[in-house]
Amino acid sequence: MTMIIEAKKLVKKFKSGADELTVLKGLDLSVKQGEFLSITGRSGSGKSTLLYQLGLLDRPNTGEININGIDVSSLSDNERTLFHLNELGYIFQDYALVPELTAIENVLIPLLMQGLSNQNAEKIAKDAMAKVGLSDKLKNLPSQLSGGEQQRISIARAISHNPKILFADEPTANLDSETADVVLKTFLALNKEGQTIVMVTHEPEYAALTDRVLTLQDGIIAREEINLKK
Amino acid sequence: MKKNNQKTKSWPIIFKVAFFLAFRQVKRSSIWTNVLIIFIMTLTFLNLVIVSGILVGLIEGAVTAVKNHYIGDVFISNLKQKSFIEKSQDLIKVAENLPGVEALTYRYIESGTIESEYKQGKERPTDRDESVGTSIAGINPEIEDRVSGLASLVVEGEYLDEDDYDQVLVGAMLLKKYLDFESPNFPTLANVEIGSRVRITVNGNTREVTVKGITKSKVDEIDRRVFFVDKQLKGLIGRDDYNVDEIVLRISPKTNPIAIKSALIANGFDKYARIQTQEEAEPKFIKDMKKTFALLGNIISSIGLAVAAITIFIVIFINAITRRKFIGILKGIGIEPRAIEIAYILQSLFYAFIGSTLGTFLVFAVLKPYFLAHPINFPFSDGILVATVDGTIIRIAVLAIATLIAGYIPARIVVKQNTLDAILGR
Repeated sequence: MTMIIEAKKLVKKFKSGADELTVLKGLDLSVKQGEFLSITGRSGSGKSTLLYQLGLLDRPNTGEININGIDVSSLSDNERTLFHLNELGYIFQDYALVPELTAIENVLIPLLMQGLSNQNAEKIAKDAMAKVGLSDKLKNLPSQLSGGEQQRISIARAISHNPKILFADEPTANLDSETADVVLKTFLALNKEGQTIVMVTHEPEYAALTDRVLTLQDGIIAREEINLKK
Repeated sequence: MKKNNQKTKSWPIIFKVAFFLAFRQVKRSSIWTNVLIIFIMTLTFLNLVIVSGILVGLIEGAVTAVKNHYIGDVFISNLKQKSFIEKSQDLIKVAENLPGVEALTYRYIESGTIESEYKQGKERPTDRDESVGTSIAGINPEIEDRVSGLASLVVEGEYLDEDDYDQVLVGAMLLKKYLDFESPNFPTLANVEIGSRVRITVNGNTREVTVKGITKSKVDEIDRRVFFVDKQLKGLIGRDDYNVDEIVLRISPKTNPIAIKSALIANGFDKYARIQTQEEAEPKFIKDMKKTFALLGNIISSIGLAVAAITIFIVIFINAITRRKFIGILKGIGIEPRAIEIAYILQSLFYAFIGSTLGTFLVFAVLKPYFLAHPINFPFSDGILVATVDGTIIRIAVLAIATLIAGYIPARIVVKQNTLDAILGR
């Protein structure tokens, strides 16, 4: 199977006053196309930092990242933004919806940025909303929705433009177990359709549902488990 | 290795997304926030227009007063080397018949003195008489009023009639009760009231006359004159040739005063009189003040503009800073920074446009008519608010440019920040 992500010798350091903290210590990682990979680990193990590097929200100090055969490490800020727009979907822990935009507007704005007409963008956004089961909440502002609903809109926004990879940063952390199950089921359904997903999670029971689980410890991959049941 | 072939979006797409964001941010932000920003923009616009408008209006009031009550649209006076306008009657006949001339008045002017309380004995032989040097004007009351509205300037007593005998109007600046400061340059008469007897001396001839009225305007030349009926003054100065010293023409608004001046020059009257348009005849101090106040107006407007730009900068900066996280998210989901920056510029322009529109409405529908009806009482002018359409359009454009820059810079500062830092609030 083709590798859609290949990261080599990733190093990420943070400065805190005179001290320097190395969070990722020369980490290597590959993700296959269509794979559902989960990254777990204790707080401070570097899992979110790793996701930010892979999702192009941050730049590693050293190392190389190839996504879909493109060396994304050398992209300029503007090229990264365009890469997000066309190739990646990102789901944040706190949903990260724009408060002034309604549910459907949050979903369709990246589509408008891609250059789609209003009608096309609206149609695709509605389809994405239907996929996450929120066709009846199109006109609601984020403040009028529950946490679970907001997270599902965040998923709809992330998948609406058919990204090659979907990154999810602890998507169930702020949700009750029932809502978290719904979100996980949505991910599993998307993965079944061929969507590559990289998810950071604290919850082992959700990690166990994915194809592969990487456990990070002190900035390196401490354990790798392949889910043979899937 | 594949090549990255991501292409920057075209400007129409950028503007479409920017408008989409800006429209919704304005529409869905708190109504009180919008009202406050628009209120600030309106005040900023008013600051730009009104401060300089009042300064210019102050001078405009003085110019208008001089024009309306003294020099008219075309002012004809004697040549420096002559003591009157030769061939005055020929000039008047030609001028009256020029197309566009609506009214004309003429004045006999002589230097003289006016004395009061001259019948009372002096306490000491060294005491001075109550005597003031002045300019004595002989007028035809009816036609003078038609051109200069002199009757409307009578603040006490009555205006002159053609048949008045030995009665005068006295300018307020000759009277102590109207001039609340003492200066050797502005000597005044005390205890002169309506009905007081005063003594006028012109060319060595003296006559006792009664004060029939007191005139008060914002024009020094009027307020330091004594007005006689022309026949009376001619008798006093012994002039019987009908040559006058000042001729004032009032022309229709569509007529160019330069054309009238040229027509009179073409008839050869410039050999006998100094012919000036209103602008040329304006007193020098008004011309100087016009320049000074225009400069002051520009300085104050520039300061107002800088304040406006800083205000907009602060408003947009606070707005962008408080929305830093969402700007990061927008970048994180692929919205180009240019679109986000333009969204902020569009918001700024929207507030500036609404503020300018409201300000323009207030200026032209409320403040300008109000100041016209209730001018500000300055010593030398009835100050009005001068706001021209052209000037206002220029100020709107200048404000829009300042807004554009002041909206762009804070948006750029925030948008330029690291996406992840913005999202995580670091």
